[in-house]
Amino acid sequence: MHNFFFGIFPYIALGVAIMGSIARYERDPFTWKTSSSQLLRRKQLVVGSILFHVGMLVIFLGHVVGLLTPIWVFDAIGISHGAKQILAVVAGGIAGVLALIGGIMLFHRRWTDPRIRRTSSFADIVILGLLLAQLALGLATIYYSLQHLDGYEMVKFMAWAQGIFTFDSAAAAYIEDAALAFKVHLVLGMTIILLTPFTRLVHVISGLFVPLRFLFLRPGYQIVRSRRKEPLPHHDGPVPAARKVAESKASPAE
Amino acid sequence: MSHLLDRLNFFQSKELEQFSDGHGQVTRESRAWEDTYRNRWRHDKIVRSTHGVNCTGSCSWKIYVKSGIVTWETQQTDYPRTRPDLPNHEPRGCARGASYSWYLYSANRVKNPLVRGRLMKVWRELRRTKSPIEAWTEIQTDPVLRASYAETRGKGGFVRASWDEAVEIVAAANLYTARKWGPDRVFGFSPIPAMSMVSYAAGTRYLSLLGGTCMSFYDWYCDLPPASPMTWGEQTDVPESADWYNAGYLLLWGSNVPQTRTPDAHFYTEARYKGTKSAVISPDYSEAAKFGDVWLNPKQGTDAALAMAFGHVILREFHLDRQAEYFEDYTRKYSDFPMLVKLEEKDGRFIPGRFLRADDLDGRLGEENNPEWKTVALDEATGKLVAPNGSVGYRWGEGGKWNLEEKAQGDDARLRLSLILDNDHDDVLGVDFPYFGAEATEAFSTGDARPNVLTKQVPVKRIKTADGEVAVATVFDLFCANYGLDRGLGGEWVANDYAEDVPGTPGWAEKITGVPAARITHVAREFALNAEKTRGRSMVILGAGLNHWYHMDMTYRGIINMLVMCGAVGQSGGGWAHYVGQEKLRPQTGWLPLAFALDWGRPPRQMNSTSAWYAHTDQWRYETLTAGEILSPTAPEGDWDASMIDYNIRAERMGWLPSAPQLKQNPLEVAKAAKLAGQDVADYVAEKLKAGELEMACEDPDAPENWPRNLFVWRSNLLGSSGKGHEYFLRHLLGTDNGVMGKDLGEEGGAKPREAKWHDEAPRGKLDLLVTIDFRMSTTAVYSDVVLPTASWYEKNDLNTSDMHPFIHPLQAAVDPAYESKSDWEIFKAIANKVQEIAPEILGRETDVVALPILHDTPAEIAQDQVKDWKKGECDLIPGKTAPNYIAVERDYTAIGDRFMALGPLMEKVGNGGKGISWNTEDEVKNLRDLNGVWEDGAAKGSARIVSDIDATEVVLMLAPETNGEVAVKSWQALSKITGREHAHLAEGAHHTKIRFRDIAAQPRKIISSPTWSGIESEEVSYNAGWTNVHELIPWRTLTGRQQLYQDHLWMRAFGEGFMSYRPPVDLKTITAEINTDARDNAPHVVLNFITPHQKWGIHSTYTDNLLMLTLNRGGPVIWISENDAKTAGIVDNDWVELYNANGALTARAVVSQRMKDGTTFMYHAQEKIVNTPGSEKTGLRGGIHNSVTRTVLKPTHMIGGYAQQSYGFNYYGTVGSNRDEFVVVRKMNKVDWLDREATAKEAAQ
Repeated sequence: MHNFFFGIFPYIALGVAIMGSIARYERDPFTWKTSSSQLLRRKQLVVGSILFHVGMLVIFLGHVVGLLTPIWVFDAIGISHGAKQILAVVAGGIAGVLALIGGIMLFHRRWTDPRIRRTSSFADIVILGLLLAQLALGLATIYYSLQHLDGYEMVKFMAWAQGIFTFDSAAAAYIEDAALAFKVHLVLGMTIILLTPFTRLVHVISGLFVPLRFLFLRPGYQIVRSRRKEPLPHHDGPVPAARKVAESKASPAE
Repeated sequence: MSHLLDRLNFFQSKELEQFSDGHGQVTRESRAWEDTYRNRWRHDKIVRSTHGVNCTGSCSWKIYVKSGIVTWETQQTDYPRTRPDLPNHEPRGCARGASYSWYLYSANRVKNPLVRGRLMKVWRELRRTKSPIEAWTEIQTDPVLRASYAETRGKGGFVRASWDEAVEIVAAANLYTARKWGPDRVFGFSPIPAMSMVSYAAGTRYLSLLGGTCMSFYDWYCDLPPASPMTWGEQTDVPESADWYNAGYLLLWGSNVPQTRTPDAHFYTEARYKGTKSAVISPDYSEAAKFGDVWLNPKQGTDAALAMAFGHVILREFHLDRQAEYFEDYTRKYSDFPMLVKLEEKDGRFIPGRFLRADDLDGRLGEENNPEWKTVALDEATGKLVAPNGSVGYRWGEGGKWNLEEKAQGDDARLRLSLILDNDHDDVLGVDFPYFGAEATEAFSTGDARPNVLTKQVPVKRIKTADGEVAVATVFDLFCANYGLDRGLGGEWVANDYAEDVPGTPGWAEKITGVPAARITHVAREFALNAEKTRGRSMVILGAGLNHWYHMDMTYRGIINMLVMCGAVGQSGGGWAHYVGQEKLRPQTGWLPLAFALDWGRPPRQMNSTSAWYAHTDQWRYETLTAGEILSPTAPEGDWDASMIDYNIRAERMGWLPSAPQLKQNPLEVAKAAKLAGQDVADYVAEKLKAGELEMACEDPDAPENWPRNLFVWRSNLLGSSGKGHEYFLRHLLGTDNGVMGKDLGEEGGAKPREAKWHDEAPRGKLDLLVTIDFRMSTTAVYSDVVLPTASWYEKNDLNTSDMHPFIHPLQAAVDPAYESKSDWEIFKAIANKVQEIAPEILGRETDVVALPILHDTPAEIAQDQVKDWKKGECDLIPGKTAPNYIAVERDYTAIGDRFMALGPLMEKVGNGGKGISWNTEDEVKNLRDLNGVWEDGAAKGSARIVSDIDATEVVLMLAPETNGEVAVKSWQALSKITGREHAHLAEGAHHTKIRFRDIAAQPRKIISSPTWSGIESEEVSYNAGWTNVHELIPWRTLTGRQQLYQDHLWMRAFGEGFMSYRPPVDLKTITAEINTDARDNAPHVVLNFITPHQKWGIHSTYTDNLLMLTLNRGGPVIWISENDAKTAGIVDNDWVELYNANGALTARAVVSQRMKDGTTFMYHAQEKIVNTPGSEKTGLRGGIHNSVTRTVLKPTHMIGGYAQQSYGFNYYGTVGSNRDEFVVVRKMNKVDWLDREATAKEAAQ
């Protein structure tokens, strides 16, 4: 059982998430959206949404960096396991509380506003409920973390997580003796990953990639299409008017 | 190939793709996603159709079809071009039309035939053992069974039926009714043929073959301005909207062009760019108000005072102090101004009496034919009395002198307008004019305490008549006195100064209307000056808003007077532009035979709806207005003290108005009895009526023999829209839950009618069967017994015309009718065939007796120059002369279906015609045989086939002069015989033009000029009413043959409307101390005048359940209220409010707006009670519709008949359903109850 949940289930979850997302993007690209309900009601959304998203992003990045960075990197730059643990508990705790407050506001809004309730799908409500549960569980694990301030427990999870991505067949065994709360948190987390392609959570993927695209791949202010097959001759800076005229006269064939 | 892979283009060269220092980038990403949007707007075909919704827009639309589904619509832009100097018609359309395709697949669509559950259960039970007619007979003869379904009307409980089953119920009910009570107890109500001519004709053709009653609509809607037939002998004829562009001055009076004439509004804008000046008159700050150079906002209901003041200024400055040559010339030739009026003397006082006629003079001026119908004037040159050409006496019984040439008795005659010069008059007499301004109710009172008779000095001539010497005056001189103009003759009640407070002056009007006198003077002066300089290019665009008041004639005649004084009528860019519904059925004369089965039997049964509903919904039992309240103080002696229904009964008896039902006895039996007695039907009926053995049904509307038994409603929302006195309909006609709060005259102890028989217990549930044919579940459908699903406007083939443009264009089936629906044509065909199948059990070939009132535009219209009632022994009963005519019509109930689908023999035998002329149609009938095919056998063997709706359109197009040039030429030639002038040149060029259905499917086509209408289609002028009267010298179809501004019928004089004057709104007394519980309880409320204009968010006058439109406003019923009134009643915007009075109650949200004038509330027309309407606290029932607080009130002057232009015509003249004099209590609702409870155990068990 343990082996299934922590040795096989992660691959199922990741597999479904990846293949499902690709399939949805291919088959139903117009459903790939956040399904914002801001048009229906602004109240509660601005504060709730910001709290929730800021908290979630911090937690998400914390988990990715904290779990997937090889342990020797921390050792090399001299961050002790204990210090890392405390950092995780403090930062994650604060972010978790923010996200939980924001999430509760959003859930309340979604549940009580008749128009938003009517326009919400089953999946919209379930996924928000699951995220709230996951946040609560994550905060609950702080209690256990505080009993192991040496970071030993945390290192086990790092080993497991990295084991999953390195196809270590013993990965599940690393966390066999972890507290139940951690295990439930992990299973629920993987479930959420699994459900991602079937819910509005797909916007997380866009949310991660789109900024990168605009920052690095296509940074221009003005994006146009061109019928030209060949690039324009390259030049630096504004062209002096006289030169432009001369050029056009010089090359009438162009 | 793949959305994802296409995105993975990280390795594409960026070098090629940058500019502006890298701030710009060229992308080569896949464009495949664009196809999604391309496919969204891709379609399989486009079909031309339109919206058959009584909208004058009559816009042609492109209907887009994709995979067999109508997806959306856009405006057509291919109208034939106008002349080079005129803007084009397109684009035509509006948001309402663009949202129509929503209906086709909406939840509100009627998908199957539906029958009221309880009726269906009994029917199926009985049908197991009995024939359809036996089954229906059993249901109707068992009062418990009958009531069991009648009282559940409007409470749900429909079950699906098959077409065969539903049609069988209808056919059995119709046949049973014809056999038991008479076929005229089968009523059909459908409005506005022009919006879908064949769909209208389907029902009326069936009814006419059956002998049923076709109900009028234009008068019932109160869109008919009776002032038009009074003045011009014409129902309504108006300029097309393109003619606005030709105007130099546009006066918008109560018409909200941008909101309610949206597709035409561009001509108004374009005219403004051209430099046309415009004044807008509207009590509220309407959308049109911002177009005006000046906005006048009179108090609602006082427009006549404003019109009178305008007229006062125009007369003073253009006719008296200075005589504008064009105006003088025009009014001399084209108005009754020069005609002489006899002054009647009573106790030494004088009142204007009848027109002087040739008959009054010794020797009759040599006129032997109809001398009593030839009016007389003075010839200026000789000073002699002449009977000029053109009066109605010349129209019938002779030929060649019915024209407006300046001739009389064969000689030239220039008529004298006025007797003001000392040499021209023998005397100056004080003449009495009634004054009603001091009789205003509290809401309209200005503290005016003038007497009700004003005596003014008028120059007169004394002449010898056959009955001795009388004083006569010209209409013009009386007219000026009526307008309160001082002409130096002394005396009271006339003014020289506009500021004087004398009835007629701007100063007087300011007190009543609230419009500053200076502004009135300014607008009047500009209006007239423009007309003088441009020869009549001043136009008044007016809407039904003015016409819905009880005394609408006064406002309308005030406006018409202005136009005639300014020579604007019949001139391009000028005249009277009254726009209401889509009343202009351009190919009318081609359509009439199809619609009323004139090819099989004549005449059809046609009824004026206002009088019919007034009687049959028992609104007369609650009448609060007495004749005494509206009678003139100068009324000649007579028996005027009667109730409104008494007047109507007299009118029916004298053959003025039609009746339905006609006789208390079954007309099929009457015919049999006449045959048995060996008498002609007319003689037999006359004899028995006199003997009292036959009775007219109108004298006892509540007797079971006289109830309407079956009612078809199609293309209409009678109960959700036009049904004034909605709650009375529910109570008495339908017999179901209703919100009537007032008491009838019996309970009140009021004066009861003298001629109508009073039953202490009023009947409830007169109808045996209410059948509604609609594509949506309207309020009317909800109350029906049988609902038949019909094709929508994109699912049938039909014809459409409007008065706003000169084109005829089609509705077409873009897709087949959805679900189980069928077109109206197919539905009535199925009913006719079913009747034919089951009739032999009780009916075969029968003779029916049809009562025909004295009709306008027939030789009979000059029947009664005196008012005489045969029943009072004042004259003998002569059918067609002093009473309705009684005519035998053959019916074959065993061949109704065959006849329905074939063009009958009368078209060849009798021919066709309209408006007083007729022509031969043999060629057209032959062409139809060739075009549509011929029946090889059956009851209609040898006749042209009319099987499909397209066949039916071809009949209309072939027979009408407007769409068949050959017929146009024939019809003009027919008119030439009467006028003695050549007119055929107007259509000569179009001789070989023949418009067919496929032509208009390709492109809207301009119609051909025809004598049916008074405007022409040409390359020189836009269509404008009265054009042929002025330019072809064809007389107006009135007594004088001219635009008649003085009405001399006895009843007109008795009710003080010989001349126009200001009459304040009447007191309907619907808010009594007993009714207004809020006043009693000191609860916050406000009493407001209830106005029902047309809206912005509903499809014309009918549909307000369209989700797209509802989304644009508040999603349900609303009323508008001013900020001050809202404050008084403690109402804030969007509150739920209740409006109530004795007639009933309604619920709506309040729109609090600065637009509104204090003292009024608007409730836009026809907001269905099926959408978002909570229960009323007052009635405990679901809040009503706008007509829940109204009641019909008749006006005796609209009943006049047998008197030239004041003769009956279907939708032409008759009582009109006014509703704007009504007041309501407005209060905030304490508790909004949606009545969404579970049914109680008892209700569920039923």
